[in-house]
Amino acid sequence: MDVVIWSRIQFAMTAAYHWLFVPLTLGLAMVMAVMETIYVVKKDEFWKKTAQFWIKLFAVNFAVGIATGIILEFEFGTNWSNYSWMVGDMFGAPLAIEGILAFFMEATFFAVMFFGWNKVSPRFHLASTWLTGIGATISAYWILVANGWMQNPVGTTFNPDTVRSEMASAAAFWEVITNPVAVSKFCHAVTSGWVTGGIFVVGVSAWYLLKDRHSEFARKSMLVGAIVGLAGSGAVMLSGDASGVHAAEFQPMKLAAAEGLQDGGNGAAFTIVPGIKIPKMLSILATHDANGFVPGINDILNGYTDNKGNAVPSVADKMAMGRQALDALAVYRGSDEPAVKALAKEVIDANVQYMGYGHLEKPEDVIPPVGVVFWSFRLMIGFGMLIALVLLLALIAIWKDKLGSWKWLLWAAIICIPLAYITGQCGWIVAEVGRQPWTIQGLLPVNVAISSLSAGAVKTTFFVFVAVFALFLVIEIRIMLRAIGKGPEVEPENI
Amino acid sequence: MTYEFLQNYWWVLIALLGGLLVALMFVQGANLHLGNRALTDTQKRMVLNSTGRKWELTFTTLVTFGGAFFASFPLFYSTSFGGAYWVWVLLLITFVFQAVAYEFQNKKGNLLGVKGFRVALMVNGLLAPFLVGTAVGTFFTGSDFTVNKIAIADPSAPVISTWGNGWHGLEALGQYHAVLLGCTLMMLAAILGALYVLNNVDDDAIHAQMRRTVRMSIIPFLFFFLSWTVILLVSRGYAVDPAGVVSLEPFKYWHNLIAMPAVLVMLLAGVLLVLASLWLGAFSQSRKGIWFAMPGTVLVVMAVFFLAGFNGTAYYPSCTDLQSSLTIRNSSSSYFTLKVMSWVSLLIPFVVTYIAFAWHAMDRKKITADEIEGTEHKY
Repeated sequence: MDVVIWSRIQFAMTAAYHWLFVPLTLGLAMVMAVMETIYVVKKDEFWKKTAQFWIKLFAVNFAVGIATGIILEFEFGTNWSNYSWMVGDMFGAPLAIEGILAFFMEATFFAVMFFGWNKVSPRFHLASTWLTGIGATISAYWILVANGWMQNPVGTTFNPDTVRSEMASAAAFWEVITNPVAVSKFCHAVTSGWVTGGIFVVGVSAWYLLKDRHSEFARKSMLVGAIVGLAGSGAVMLSGDASGVHAAEFQPMKLAAAEGLQDGGNGAAFTIVPGIKIPKMLSILATHDANGFVPGINDILNGYTDNKGNAVPSVADKMAMGRQALDALAVYRGSDEPAVKALAKEVIDANVQYMGYGHLEKPEDVIPPVGVVFWSFRLMIGFGMLIALVLLLALIAIWKDKLGSWKWLLWAAIICIPLAYITGQCGWIVAEVGRQPWTIQGLLPVNVAISSLSAGAVKTTFFVFVAVFALFLVIEIRIMLRAIGKGPEVEPENI
Repeated sequence: MTYEFLQNYWWVLIALLGGLLVALMFVQGANLHLGNRALTDTQKRMVLNSTGRKWELTFTTLVTFGGAFFASFPLFYSTSFGGAYWVWVLLLITFVFQAVAYEFQNKKGNLLGVKGFRVALMVNGLLAPFLVGTAVGTFFTGSDFTVNKIAIADPSAPVISTWGNGWHGLEALGQYHAVLLGCTLMMLAAILGALYVLNNVDDDAIHAQMRRTVRMSIIPFLFFFLSWTVILLVSRGYAVDPAGVVSLEPFKYWHNLIAMPAVLVMLLAGVLLVLASLWLGAFSQSRKGIWFAMPGTVLVVMAVFFLAGFNGTAYYPSCTDLQSSLTIRNSSSSYFTLKVMSWVSLLIPFVVTYIAFAWHAMDRKKITADEIEGTEHKY
């Protein structure tokens, strides 16, 4: 396998691994902040102990999230050299904001939250707990602005003098930070974290109830977890709907792959699993119109007319235009003649939106791995709905005081914890594998985004990271299980 | 605001972040004492918990330093990170282990045991400053790379920045001048760490050990630092003319120092502050050496970055192809991006204020053995 494949595998693994820890960070942050707020308002020591227990688990998880976050940041440069040059100008502002606003907020207030119980006032401590979670959430926004731009590169123009995409005005910057793809991704990712955090708390509490231990702690934790998780579930569904519409508009191939839709059409049906379809449902989801046109993989390959009446060229045509842009770029860079440059610039500007297609070898290169995306999409939705149902039932059980008799629900809640992780990973696969081969949609395919490394070098770091990640995961799970096993009354150093 | 002004401004911020990063490497230096046999286990845990409240600040500054370089001078990021691959990967791995070592080490079931994670922290304590120092050392010695932007139109070899050898950065370990800076930083981190613990922890035995560390570090530190500085000032440097053409100029960095008196003053002031901190730590009863050492370090590091990048100098020179060298002008983000980032940077004083506030609130009580043996949250 070549360096492109190894670079992709390494980055995919790092990102997926990072995404194991981030959702729980975002979700638990909400849960424990709510619990500590109740403590400060009611001045009830019970809630302090409860919040402290979840903070203890948060800290174990947070450490690995931080460790893997820095790897991602470095890998942009180490493994995706061309990419980091191409996106550097656009990433600049969001990254500066993320660094200055979010990273330091998280780092500073995490230390206060963790160590400060007897050092600062309860209100200062509460503010620190909230600010740790808010910092993580702000961080998520800015990195998803960057990610959103890669999926839908708005607000920038290609500058042949510097050979990169650049932002040129305040309006452009506004377009970048309000990119609909970024906004819906942010809402979807963060609130899916709430679901993960919520079901984690509900599941762990369910285990205590089954074991008949720490019952009051478990009941009250479960209430907070279920509310946060359910709020998350609702928001995930709404933002997921928006994500579908955006995919249809900006990344129709991703949607076609997620649906396994070879040939599209008006009033397209939604496939629940192969063989079971809901008529017109896909058109409704994708276009909010029962007769809207949804292109299939073949339509995209061969060209089609979209819902606004615009003719979308075939991939072969896009490749030809992309090649023209690249050839003109070579002429532009190679000449000092103003007239030649001006002419070349015209050709570049006319074809630049398809520039990335000029790097493709054959039209079929634009098709992502359909099976993987198709099934991930189904697992994500299926498990997501199941978790939402369990959270709702947990809330009903608490309200009707049925926790003691609905043992099956307690078991279901425990089983839902790993399912939440699978759901999150599937979501990541749909979003990121579904947009292959593009690092920047239409502009930069993966095979051009790399660094000039040997496959052996990347392979080596890949296996080193595999070993490190596996080690950390095993340790984290062992420590978590031990901490949960000991329960909320044990001091942290005795875990 | 002109484009040049914004580029210079961001170089100043990069230098400031670099200075803060090095100053905050007291965390790395202090962690070396986790292997100090003269300390009891409780004393080691006092050191661990003392750095444990600050490590995220150092870590975050590293992340922000990298992020700021990516954002303001992306060509450096794509050239150096993708090129000097192994240096950055090594640095990364030591920090990855550091990030989990605090939380994991005293928990049962952590597989590597207390010792394993302490070794990880000590490896980070030695390697992180050494690698950062050596990497910055190549700002003056040059590296083996070429930059060719039109490569992106060539499907067979599309990468813009390519490294000239298979060592991918490890060759810097063979450049004694760069290595001297690495060694300087390693010793400096050890000194900063000792001065920090001296200030932050209440324990006589620990204090004695820290003062001993400072005393023992003075001579090697000054040897490395002065050798590096003298060699720098007599070396050829990479000059860039207003048209952007790079050439080798004898005594370039000496010329830079003379041409920029403010940098000379910064450098001297910084060195004096560090010397004062050495005296306070080694030969007096004062525990306040760290308050001199940190600002001193920031000033010296900033002066070093200014020598590398200002006064018509290529800050990341290529010794293979002079014209591929990176300068503040040819490697930066666009005018508009730098402008937006500059507006955002006005928030920095606010961020520094709340960090100082939180830090002050947490450090009002020094770390004592009682706290480590008590029931409070700790590592």
